[in-house]
Order: sequence, then structure tokens, then C-alpha cells
Amino acid sequence: MSPNGEVVLDRSEMKRTLTWFKIDVRAYTMIGALLSIWILFSLLHERFLSATNLSNLFLQMSATAILAIGMVLVIVAGHIDLSVGSLVGFTGGAAAMLNVWYDWSTVPVVLVTIALGAAIGFVQGWIIAYRAVPAFIVTLGGMLMFRGLLFGTSGSVTIAPLSPSLKSLGQAYIADTIGWIFGIAALIFAAYLVLRRRAARARYGFDVEPMSISILRMVLMGMFILGFVYLMNSYKGIPVPFIMVVVLAFVFTFIARNTTFGRQIYAIGGNPEAARLSGINIKRRVLTVFVLCNTLAAVAALVLTARLNAATMSSGQNAELDAIAACVIGGTSLMGGSGTIVGAIIGALVMASLDNGMSLMNMESFWQYIVKGAILILAVYVDIYSRQRKKVA
Amino acid sequence: MTAALEMRNITKEFPGVKALNDVSIVVKKGEVHALCGENGAGKSTLMKVLSGLYPSGTYDGQILINGEEKHFHTIKEAEEAGISIIYQELALAKDLSVGENLFLGKEPARFGIINWEHVYKESEKWLKEVGLNVSPEQVTGILGIGKQQQVEIAKALSKNASILILDEPTAALTEQEVDILLGILREFKNRGVTCIYISHKLNEVFEIADSITILRDGRTVGTYPAAEITENRVISLMVGRELTERFPRIDVSPGEVVMKVKDYTVMNPDVPGKKVIDNVSFEVRKGEILGIAGLMGAGRTELVMSLFGSYEGQSRGTVEIDDKPVKIKNTEQAIKAGLALVSEDRKKFGLVLGMDIKSNVTMASLKAVSSGGVINHNQEITSGNEYIRSLKIKANSVETITGTLSGGNQQKVVLGKWLMTTPKILILDEPTRGIDVGAKFEIYNIMNELIQRGVAVIMISSELPELLGMSHRIMVISEGRKTAEFTAEQATQELIMTAATGGKEK
Repeated sequence: MSPNGEVVLDRSEMKRTLTWFKIDVRAYTMIGALLSIWILFSLLHERFLSATNLSNLFLQMSATAILAIGMVLVIVAGHIDLSVGSLVGFTGGAAAMLNVWYDWSTVPVVLVTIALGAAIGFVQGWIIAYRAVPAFIVTLGGMLMFRGLLFGTSGSVTIAPLSPSLKSLGQAYIADTIGWIFGIAALIFAAYLVLRRRAARARYGFDVEPMSISILRMVLMGMFILGFVYLMNSYKGIPVPFIMVVVLAFVFTFIARNTTFGRQIYAIGGNPEAARLSGINIKRRVLTVFVLCNTLAAVAALVLTARLNAATMSSGQNAELDAIAACVIGGTSLMGGSGTIVGAIIGALVMASLDNGMSLMNMESFWQYIVKGAILILAVYVDIYSRQRKKVA
Repeated sequence: MTAALEMRNITKEFPGVKALNDVSIVVKKGEVHALCGENGAGKSTLMKVLSGLYPSGTYDGQILINGEEKHFHTIKEAEEAGISIIYQELALAKDLSVGENLFLGKEPARFGIINWEHVYKESEKWLKEVGLNVSPEQVTGILGIGKQQQVEIAKALSKNASILILDEPTAALTEQEVDILLGILREFKNRGVTCIYISHKLNEVFEIADSITILRDGRTVGTYPAAEITENRVISLMVGRELTERFPRIDVSPGEVVMKVKDYTVMNPDVPGKKVIDNVSFEVRKGEILGIAGLMGAGRTELVMSLFGSYEGQSRGTVEIDDKPVKIKNTEQAIKAGLALVSEDRKKFGLVLGMDIKSNVTMASLKAVSSGGVINHNQEITSGNEYIRSLKIKANSVETITGTLSGGNQQKVVLGKWLMTTPKILILDEPTRGIDVGAKFEIYNIMNELIQRGVAVIMISSELPELLGMSHRIMVISEGRKTAEFTAEQATQELIMTAATGGKEK
């Protein structure tokens, strides 16, 4: 009977190992979906998975990903922001005007643009939180106003070209050696986090995962990080905007998961009444969320304007919809209360992959709209369907 | 003469609870038949069975209308048989006109095009029937609650209702409006409309009813002609259960006064000029349980919500905590002042159901598990585990999502949240509603531990045995006023119910 016994033992051992990895089925379905899109496109077009194209892909997804990071917070808090697309256009236009027309250098342009985004977020957030005007209306109004402001201030002309240093925000690549240094630094940082977590859990007397699993975890992360650096270096290096995405994603994941502010945002979205009765200042939190979201929109505007090396009248158009779609594909609930930043970034990658793959195949642009729309509906349909199944089970 | 309505041996079970147990009632044609009972006696459930809200087949027993057995599967079928219910919460579309409301769902139309002349002409007729002198083109929402109720009655009549059921119709009405309503009902009686009248207010019941059926704990106690029974007798039949349950009350010698509320008045935010709490004064001492008794809608929840800074209506009066006057405008200030409120609806007000136990427990005291705004997750898990252990919460881990817990365990998570704020005064609003006996007992024990530690507990409860069994003092609220206060030794079910139904003290 020992063979049988052994099998059972192995299974329970494996199960325990798996629980240490906190298998989140939803996260893995998203990654699975992304990979299947990639495999599909690589079968349809041999260059899709080339280093050149992947580098382009990461460059293209950066602006949407930065918008989606801010949008996750807004949607988790139970609101929506339709203005970020026009805000990208307006703040990007402002940056280009200061840089091209008034010869401002890069640092003040960046600072003023970001401050402009924050100020607009403050005004929108104040009307929403303290004057109780629905976010849908306020940001719909904002969407029209900011586009109008862009036309009015720029005289409806394309503003180009930017100064080289500002341009580099969206177009530069990190030199190979620096890329490797970044990669190794990220690896050391990740390993430090894993070990620190172990130590902290041990200090509190909780179960600590076996060292073998910690090492496996670090090795996997290392392979992923160094593999990515190698891949990017085999073209021109890691794109600067993508570094920004990674840093922002890390910072905002920390805010969402590890700060009282982040926790309260999830509570407000999950049950505003319970949050209010627990003494949470809902108005102030919602205001802050909009400030953060619109500040990130200004960052996205800098990245996009720099990448295009021009502020155009249509820049950022429909970007709010891409950002919302990225959140939703990434598992953020429009009802509020749940969603992750990593999910939204994977969602942004899905959207960008569809765009990129279809243009690579020279499909007409109308197809891109149709396919992206259908994927959005499909993603939410699958999500709702699987949740219902779970409820029944 | 056949009865207008007969319900025979109705039994309705919910998982774990028998809401109705072999209930029978006979309503004669053209009478006003009052249905009396405590909160949770089964009145509303019985009416939901009658109105088809609980479809035929989900309960046992028979319903006979004019001697003919009926099986209602939908509300519409019950309406077609002439049954119309008017709920306490009026079901009118406030932005539509009175006429549109009257004909909602049965608009006279040809090819989908509504004949508005017909709507408004007919509406006028029905409004006249209920003595309401407003234009049918008036927007409904700007009418007072009393007039809106008359619109509801007109709507019921226009559906050819032969049996009109009014569920707590006077709860939100001013005295004048009550008089008008009772006048209309008397008029109906003369015209032979049968009426079932559910009310806590026994003076109204005796003013209008011909017969009274009393329910208690899901059973029929009996039906009596109103002329042959007294208010006191009705009360003792309503509460006349034996106190068999045992409560773990401990007798402590209460300490100094922690909270003193004086001349406290709370306005109804929806009905201008109406008070939900009228000039109430009371005090709570360290280490005692103050029970608050009262019937549904008496204003008990509004009182504590307002004290906690979370009620919309304006308030007047003074509140002192530890002899210092406090002004509490929001929950943040309330928590700082040492108050905690376990609200009556834990799903709506207590928990974020999609979050795990630890996040819910620490929600009101995140500062205690964080530094510089950064949460220490391990500290948080430790705190969560502490409450899981001390409150005996049954769950796999602190990371179990609260939505998947049983009612009793959910309630303990809410309790844990408030205990973590280390309150001086803990307010419990219906703390054991909808939870099983074992969990109830555990919650009583937790209350005892708290008062031994010197916490003052205020407990609102609709269950008289629980109030009598656990409280050291009991205050009774009736229609927003404090009508009595008893010590644990003085209080009886009859005395409390008399005070709660607005009866005079004898």
C-alpha cells in the first residue's frame, strides 16, 4: 500500500507548496489570456515576438498603463474618470507650448505639467467629493472642457518639435550596461523583500515558508527580470517610459496594499456606509484619489507627447476608454471595492498587444476598434460568468 | 355568511426558523380587522404570504377568498383576486404625477399610446373616493406623507381591491394625518370594504377595529371582538410567553455616569417638522447595560445613530461624556469621544463583505496597526487573530472573506472591529438579530466581560426576554418619546409593552 500512501503524501505536500504561492486564479487567467494573444499573433506574424516589436509594444503601452494605474484607484473607490484622455491632450499641449514656444527647459516643463494635472485633479475631486456631483458628470464635463482648452490655447495647430531632453522622456532607451545594473538592482531589491517578509513573519511567530520555496521564488523573479533585460538589450535597451511604468506600478501597488489610505479606498468602494460608520473621512479620500489620478494623467501626457515628439489636437483621444478597459480586463470591478494595479497593467498590455498585432498584420484600423470592443465585453462576460459559477458551487 | 378572507393553518419556514406556525385567521366582510403582535411575531410574513410575495407552494396551508381556495403565485394574481397591500414604505414614483402613479402598470392605451385624458379623468374620481383634494397632474413627491398614502389607497381602490391591507400606516404620519386616515377607513367600512390593519399603536387599533387577531412567536393566540377585550388584555396576550430562556446576566455595582444625554431631539430628515426623537434624556453608567425597548419605528435606531454622528436629521440637546459636553458631528469624532456603534444591519452598515476578517476588524482603528500611514500587515494579522480567539469567531483564518461567514460570526467580526477601538460606551443595536442560539449566548457573555471591564453598554433590542434578561435598567421609547424607565427588578413584559404601545402607565 506504500505506493498509494506516497502518492497521497506527495499531493498534500504539493498542495502546501502551492498555497505558499497564493495561487490567484484570476491573475493567472489574465496572464494566460495575454500569452494566448501573443502566441496567436506570433503564429500569424513571425516578427510579433521579436525583440524590436516587443520593445515597441512596451513603449506603446506605457501611456495607457500609467493612466490605468490612476484609474484603478478611482474605480476601486466607486467612481469613474472620463476626463483623463482630454487631460492628456491638454497637459501634453501645455508641456509642448512651454517647451517649444517659450523655450522652457525640461525640468520646469515637467514640474509645471505635473502640477497642472494635480491642480485639475483637485478641482474635479473637490466638486465630486464635497459637492456630491456624480463623477461621471464632472469628468464628462472635464473631458469636453480640456479638449476645448487644448484647441483654444494652441490655436489648433500641432506643436513640434520638442527639445531633445524632453523628447527623451518618451523615446530614449537605457544603455545596455545601465540596463543590466537596473536589472540586478531590481533583483537584489526583490530578494531583499522576500527575505524581509520571512524575517518579519518569523518575528511575529507566524509560519514561514520553507527556504527552498523562497529561493525558488527568487530564482523565478531573477529569470524573469534578467530575461527581460536581455531581451530589451538585444534591441536598443529598456525604453525609459517602461521604467517609469514599472516604478509607478510598484509605488502605487505599495500605496494600495500597504497604506491606510489604500485600505480605506477599498473599504469605501466595498461598502461606503460601513466605511463612513468606521470613521473614515470619505470626502477627503475621494478628493485625494482624483488628485492622484489626474497627476498620473499629466505624467502619461509627458510620456505620450515626448514619444510622438509633438502635441497634436487629437492626442489622448479615447485614452480614457483604453484605461478603463485595461482596468476592467485586469479584473477591476466597476462596482468598486476590488481591483489590482498589476491586473490593470496586464490589461493595458492586452489592449496594446491587440493594437500592435493588428497593425503589424496590416489590418484596417476599423478592425482594431471592433476587436478591442469585443475583447472588453468578452473579458467582463467571462469574469461575471465565472463568479456566478463560484457562487453556485 | 362566508368570510371575505380565511387563512387556514399557514406554516412558513425559513432556513432554521419557523416564521409562521399553523396560523389561522378569519376576516369578515366589511370589517376592519386588526393584526397585533410584537416585532417578529409574524404579521408581515403572514401578509407577504397573502399578497403572493411568497408564492403558493413555499408555505403550507390554505387561503380562501369568499370561500374559494386560491393559490397566488405572483403579486399580480393576488391583486386580481382583490388583495391590495399598502406598505409602510410607500411605493410611489415620486417624480411622476399623481395620475401617472394611479395608473402605473395599467395605463389605458391604444397601440401603446396612452390616453392621458382618460388617466386624469379617472384619477379625479378615485382621488375623490379617498377624499383627497389635489390635482391628478400634481407631482407626487411634493405631497406630504399623509397625502401620498391617500394616493396609495386610491391606487389600491382603482385596482378594485376588496381587501385592503395597511401595514403600519400611521408610522410616519402626524396626528392630524392619522385622524384623516382613520376617517377614510371608517367611510370604507360603511361602504363594505374589508380592511386588515396592522399597527403597534393600540389606541388607534381600538378606535377603528372591529376584531383583533393577536400573533405571538409565529402562532395565532386568538381573535377577539374589539368591544370585548381591553388594551391591557391585548398586551398581555402579545407578550404572554413564559420566560424559559436563561440569560447569563451578572449583577455588578454600576460605577459613575459616563454619558449623560439631556433633552435630546432629532428631526426627521425627510418630513419637515416631524421629530423622530422628542426630548429624550437618559444616562449610562460604567459597567452597566442600559436596555432600550420600543416597537419598530419608535425612533430607537435614529436616537443612537444621531448620538453617533451618523444620522442625517438635525439634532438638539446636550450630550456629556465624562462630565464634559461633547459635540459629535461625524463618526470620526464619535469614535474619538469613546463611542462605538454595532448597527442593526451588519451587512449594510457593519461590514465590507468582500474584505477579509482582519481588514474589517482593523477598519476603525487602522492607526493602531500602522505607522506613518503604512500598515504593518503582520501586526494586523496578530490583531485579527486576537479577536478571532477572544470572540471565538469560527473561520479558517484571518484572511477569510467576511461575506462567507455565518450571521453570528459576522456579528462577532463587527463586535471585534468596535472592541478594537477600546470604547467607553458600546452601543448595540439589535445585537442578536438573525443569529443562532449558540452565537447569541456567546455575544451575551462578551457583553458581560465588557461591563466587568468598566465599559458602559447600551443595548437596543426588540426581544423582550433578552432585554429583561440582560439589562440592568430599561428605558422605553414610544413614538420618539421616552415613556418609561425601569430597573431590572421592576420591569415586566407587560409594563414594557404598555409603555411601548403608548399606553398610560397604571
